[in-house]
Amino acid sequence: MTHELKEQHTTNAGQDDLLVVSDLKKHFRLNRKTVLKAVDGISFSIKKGETLGLVGESGCGKSTVGRTLTRIYEPTDGEIHFDGLKLKGRLDGKTKKRINRDVQMIFQDPYSSLNPRMTVSEIISEGLVIHNPNMSQKDREKRVHELLQLVGLNKNHAGRYPHEFSGGQRQRIGIARALAVEPKFIVADEPIAALDVSIQAQIVNLLKELQEERGLTYLFIAHDLSMVKYISDRIAVMYLGKIVELATSEELYEKPLHPYTQALLSAIPLPDPEKERTREQIILSGDVPSPTDIPSGCRFRTRCPFAMDSCAAIDPEFREVEPGHSVACHLYDEEIMAKEGKELKTV
Amino acid sequence: MTTIQPNDGDYKNLRSQDRPAEPSADLFVPQPLDATAREELAAPAPTFWKEAMERLFKNKGAVVSLVLLIILGAMALIGPSMNEFTYREQHIPHSNLPPKVAGLEWLGFDGKDVNGVDQYAQRGVETNYWFGTDEFGRDLWTRVWKGTQISLFIALVAAFLDLVIGVIYGGISAYYGGRIDNVMQRIIEILTGIPNLIVIILFILILEPGIRSIILAMIITGWVGMARVVRGQMLQLKGQEFVLASRTLGASDSRLMRKHLLPNVMGPIIVTVMFTIPTAIFFEAFLSFIGLGLQAPLASLGVLIEDGYDAIRSFPYKLLIPAVVISLVMICFNLLADGLRDALDPKMRK
Repeated sequence: MTHELKEQHTTNAGQDDLLVVSDLKKHFRLNRKTVLKAVDGISFSIKKGETLGLVGESGCGKSTVGRTLTRIYEPTDGEIHFDGLKLKGRLDGKTKKRINRDVQMIFQDPYSSLNPRMTVSEIISEGLVIHNPNMSQKDREKRVHELLQLVGLNKNHAGRYPHEFSGGQRQRIGIARALAVEPKFIVADEPIAALDVSIQAQIVNLLKELQEERGLTYLFIAHDLSMVKYISDRIAVMYLGKIVELATSEELYEKPLHPYTQALLSAIPLPDPEKERTREQIILSGDVPSPTDIPSGCRFRTRCPFAMDSCAAIDPEFREVEPGHSVACHLYDEEIMAKEGKELKTV
Repeated sequence: MTTIQPNDGDYKNLRSQDRPAEPSADLFVPQPLDATAREELAAPAPTFWKEAMERLFKNKGAVVSLVLLIILGAMALIGPSMNEFTYREQHIPHSNLPPKVAGLEWLGFDGKDVNGVDQYAQRGVETNYWFGTDEFGRDLWTRVWKGTQISLFIALVAAFLDLVIGVIYGGISAYYGGRIDNVMQRIIEILTGIPNLIVIILFILILEPGIRSIILAMIITGWVGMARVVRGQMLQLKGQEFVLASRTLGASDSRLMRKHLLPNVMGPIIVTVMFTIPTAIFFEAFLSFIGLGLQAPLASLGVLIEDGYDAIRSFPYKLLIPAVVISLVMICFNLLADGLRDALDPKMRK
C-alpha cells in the first residue's frame, strides 16, 4: 500500500507542488554582535499528499524551519509559495488567516502542548472558535466528537482535562486540534520523540491513515531515522541550518552521498545482533559548531573525514547529482575535484 | 552440557491429576469489552480549582487560619457597633480603665490595674469597658476593632492595586518581550534601587497623612514584586507549546492572554496577593508606629500599638490587645497563604 503510494508520487513529478520554499533564512539576533543563523538559506518543495522527512541533529534548525512555515517565527529572508500564495515579508490579515487555517502543527511534547486549564473539548474547538465564530455550540460539540473518534479517542473524553491522559492519548488530542480547522499542510515537529516505542508506531500509523483519508501533506521533523524512513516519501538531511542532502527515502538509505548522511545512517542500530556486531560505524570527530559562528565554506568540513582545501574556501552548491537526489558536497563536483587533483566520487 | 528439557508427555501427565475437567465452552464466557461503558462510569473530572480547594481544606493550619480570619473580619465590621461608644468619643472621667468583662474576671478582665486596685470600684464606674479605655477615656474595644477594620481596608486595597498594576505591567513586559521588556525591567530596577522607606516618607510628607496617602505610598513601590512574579511565570508559559499551538491557530493577543496565560498564572498571583496583605498590614503599623500613619482620632492597629507602647509599664493592656490582634491577623494570613501555595502548586511542596 505504502509502496504504491510512493510510486505514485515519484511518477507524478510534474504535479503541482503545495509548498515551495526558496532560500529561506531565519536568523536570531542575540545581541549587538552575535547573530544565530538557525536556518541559513534552505530550499525545498513538497508535493500535495506527500510527506517530506526532515532529519538532523538537535540544534540544526529543523524545528525553526517548521515554526517559520507555520508563521510562529517571521522569516528573515526567502520566499515561501504555499498553495498559490506567495508569502514574503509581513502578511496581510486575510493571508494570515488562511495560513492559520491551512498550515497546522503537531508538537513534540504532548505534556506541554495542551493547556492544563482547559478541557479536551475546549482545546480541540479552539480553532473552530477562532475561525468559525458563528458556529453554534451544538455543532461545535458535534465536530469535537467527530474529531475525537477520528483520532481514536472516545467522545466521553471531551469533558476531561489533559492530565488525565497518557502521552499517546495527549498526542492524539494534539492531532485532533490540528485537524479541527481542516488544514492542507501539517508540520509534525518530532511528534513521536516523547513517546514510548509502541505508542510511536500507533501515532505514526494514525498520521499515515489520516494522510490517505484526507490527502494531507506533511513535513515530518524527526531525529529517529528508522521512523522517518517509514513515514516519509522523501527525506531532507539538515546540518547547521542548511539542507545537505535530499532524496527519496529508499534512495537516501541505500545510497547516502553526503559524508554527514553516511555518518548519520551508520549510527542506526541493526535489529540482528550478528550484523550489529560487525556494523561499521562512522564516528564523527568534534561537536557541531555553534550556529552563531559557522565555519567558512562547507559547514561540515570541520568534522568531515574527506575535507579538502577547497571545502574551506568554497561553499558547496546544493545540486541535483542524479534525478531526484540532490547533495551539497564537493566530492560530487567535477570541477572542484579536478582542481584538487582527486578522483570524482561516483554516484 | 546437558540441558534439562521437560518432556511434553511428562508434563501433561503431571498436570492431569490436579487439573479439573477440560474447560467447556460455558465455563468462561468472555465479556465483550466496552470502552464506552467504562468511560461513562467514570466520575466527572474535578476541575483544577476544585482539586486545589480540596487540598486546601485538608491543611489544618490553613483552615484554622481561614476561620480565624473570617471571625476577625466579622469583628472588624460589627465590633465597633457592639456597644454604645464610638471610637472618637472622649470621656475623661473614665480614662485609663483596665479591661473588665462580667464573667471573664478569671481571665484577667477583672478591672484591676497593675497594682491590683479595682479601678471600677474605686472610681465608681458602672459600665464595663471590655478592653478598657485609653487616656482620653475612649473605649478600646471599639477602637481596636475600628483599627482592625482600617488596617484590613488599607491592606486589601493596597494588595488589590498591587495586583492590578503588577499583573498588567508584568504581563505586558513578558508578553511583548524584547525592547519593551528591557525598558520596563530597567524601570523596575530603578524603583527597587531607591530605598522604599524614603520614597514612602517623602510621599507622606508631601501629601497630607491619611488613609489615601498611606495606600498610595505603599503601592508606589509595592507592585514591583507582583510584576516580577507575573513576568517570570508568563515568560515560562510563553514558550510552552500550547501557546504556540494557539498562535498557529491564529489566536489574538487578548485571547492568548485570557485563555492561556492568565489562567495558568492565577495560582502564583493569588499566593503573592495573600503574602502581600500581611506585609501591607505590617507596613501600615510600622508607619503609624514611627508617627507617619493615621492622624487622631482615627485608629489603626499600628496607632493603637504606638499609643499603648508609651504606657507599657502602667497600662500593659493598651499594648497587649492590639498587638495580639495584629499578630493573629498576620499569622493567619501567612498560614493561609502557605496553605494556598501548597494547594495551588502541589509540585512545590517537598
